[in-house]
Amino acid sequence: MSQVAVKPLVELEDISIAFGGIKAVDRASIDLYPGEVVGLLGHNGAGKSTLIKILSGAYRRDAGEIRIDGQPATINNPRDAKAYGIETIYQTLAVADNVDAAANLFLGRELTTAIGTLDDVAMEAKAREVMGRLNPNFRRFKEPVKALSGGQRQSVAIARAILFNARILIMDEPTAALGPQETQQVADLIKQLKSEGIGIFLISHDIHDVFDLADRVCVMKNGQVVGTAKTSDVTKDEVLGMIIMGKCPPGAIPGPGAMRV
Amino acid sequence: MAEQNATANSAHSLTIEGNPVRKFLTATEIDTRLLGMVGALLLIWIGFHFLSGGLFITPRNLWNLSVQTASVAVMATGMVLVIVTRNIDLSVGAVLGTLAMLMGVMQAEILPPILGFGHPAIWVLTLAFGLFVGLLIGLLQGTIIAYLRVPAFIVTLGGFLIWRGTAWWITSGRTVAPLDSTFQLMGGGPMGSIGATASWIVAAFACAGVIIYLAYARRQRRRFSFPQRPMWAEGVLAAIGCGVTLAAVAVFNAYPWPVRIAANYAQAQGMEVPEGGLFISHGIAVPVLMAVMVGLIMTFIAMRTRFGRYVFAIGGNPEAAELAGINTRWVTVKVYMLMGALCAIAASISSARLNAATNAMGTLDELYVIAAAVIGGTSLSGGVGTVVGAMIGALVMQSLQSGMVLMGLDSPLQSIVVGIVLVFAVWLDTLYRNRAN
Repeated sequence: MSQVAVKPLVELEDISIAFGGIKAVDRASIDLYPGEVVGLLGHNGAGKSTLIKILSGAYRRDAGEIRIDGQPATINNPRDAKAYGIETIYQTLAVADNVDAAANLFLGRELTTAIGTLDDVAMEAKAREVMGRLNPNFRRFKEPVKALSGGQRQSVAIARAILFNARILIMDEPTAALGPQETQQVADLIKQLKSEGIGIFLISHDIHDVFDLADRVCVMKNGQVVGTAKTSDVTKDEVLGMIIMGKCPPGAIPGPGAMRV
Repeated sequence: MAEQNATANSAHSLTIEGNPVRKFLTATEIDTRLLGMVGALLLIWIGFHFLSGGLFITPRNLWNLSVQTASVAVMATGMVLVIVTRNIDLSVGAVLGTLAMLMGVMQAEILPPILGFGHPAIWVLTLAFGLFVGLLIGLLQGTIIAYLRVPAFIVTLGGFLIWRGTAWWITSGRTVAPLDSTFQLMGGGPMGSIGATASWIVAAFACAGVIIYLAYARRQRRRFSFPQRPMWAEGVLAAIGCGVTLAAVAVFNAYPWPVRIAANYAQAQGMEVPEGGLFISHGIAVPVLMAVMVGLIMTFIAMRTRFGRYVFAIGGNPEAAELAGINTRWVTVKVYMLMGALCAIAASISSARLNAATNAMGTLDELYVIAAAVIGGTSLSGGVGTVVGAMIGALVMQSLQSGMVLMGLDSPLQSIVVGIVLVFAVWLDTLYRNRAN
């Protein structure tokens, strides 16, 4: 990664958000470069999903700044985020169960005919194309998403994110609902997207997943960033130490949440 | 032959397996739920036909049934969208009352002095005014629900009291009558029906529409080489669509004007009254035509527009819809505005039929409308429902009422039966859904 030469795609600086007095995210800073995968690690409740939901427009931050391509960005709702090319695959999958795959892929951005009606046939054609690339075994285009398996629903959620030429992809526990084979598919996909120059935030509490795929890891604890490190500079044990105890190893750049020694 | 064709290019047709019934249903893509409802409707009709001593399945009763169903059916199409978005509207009957009263005052007391009594523009202006106020009421209720986050149940329960009170208050409880003579046509009756010839013309257009739609859908699917229905299935669908339309029109045309009215009409026109009385067909009643049009438009809105897609997505998963960038609140407001406009149409039909606007108009309608939607397969947990189902649901409700009247059942018993049927229908539906999952 020639990170020095390239400008960061996304910079989150001193982001804070509180829910009823509890600081879910406290002065967190993190950045992401084009073609880079940054793994965001931490226990449940460490604030990783919350931080990322601020970037995807689901929550509004209390303080801090988001810069995209070096320019301050206004992100107040999911529509704003999408306009910046930020696509998110949520942990909860966020699909509408009662409509079919094509309807979910194009939700909020439907293709329409010349007279403004839904062009279902065109959407289904495009859906078949994208899904064919992601999951060639997918055949159930006419059924409500409810009828699909966890893995199939996941491919729908992923297809939706890559359908619209995302530049920044946020994947919140993308493999949580998947079997080993499907997990491998997602891993391959991440590598492919990375090679296309897309920046990816990969949120997970499975350290092994992240170590294989990420260029850098950022560990959060109690809403604060413990530290950020290149995966080549730290060992899994050291990262575990960061997650569990907040102990920042020498190979990492300490954040505000690092344990004071 | 057609069947052979279908299996020959199997890459482009649906995989059809199983016993003949299943095969038929898969090939035609007919919703089994809908089929069940039509079956239930026919059972009700045949049952009442025998219980009432052959009074039910007659042109006269079926024609009346169609007119009586129109108002509730119109509102039920909107209630589907309301319930699909996980909301409810308890105020529709009261809104109907207020709008009928406002439109009554408009056409009977405000416009005639300005335009002259019986001016041909009165009905249009009145209806436009009603639609406008309906939209406004919907905007108000929808905004409170979507933006102020007051539960729909409470807002529309309040609305139920407010609009019923308003209907009363507008004329201090006085009934407004008679209504404009053109406006009255929306209520049906001999004059408010389009007659035999026009009915056949409408039927011809409807049949052509069915066939053109099927052909268009087939061409679209071929354009992207998607699986298609076998040709025989398309034929069956076309035959069902056209057959039902033609049968309905034949029934409506078989119901003649009452002898006295026909005689008066003949006298006024200077016509000879032939031996055995004059046979003038009612044909399709104007309110029925309006309800069918509303049904078509609402189906189009629900299935073919972004707005409709958003309504269902919100019902399926509000959070996902919001995260997908849909302005869920504004969609909710628009659903209530649509509901308000439909109340105005229903109010026109009801008041025109009575030739008066009364403060009690539409009492209990909210319950019939909700029941129609629910019997028609709309799920109260949201996300599921069809416009055509709700309209058939309205027909089922009205058939029960009408059948019990023909049987001479006491009115408290009628309410009891309707209540039992509602609960029973929803229970059946729950069973069906559990099995489907």
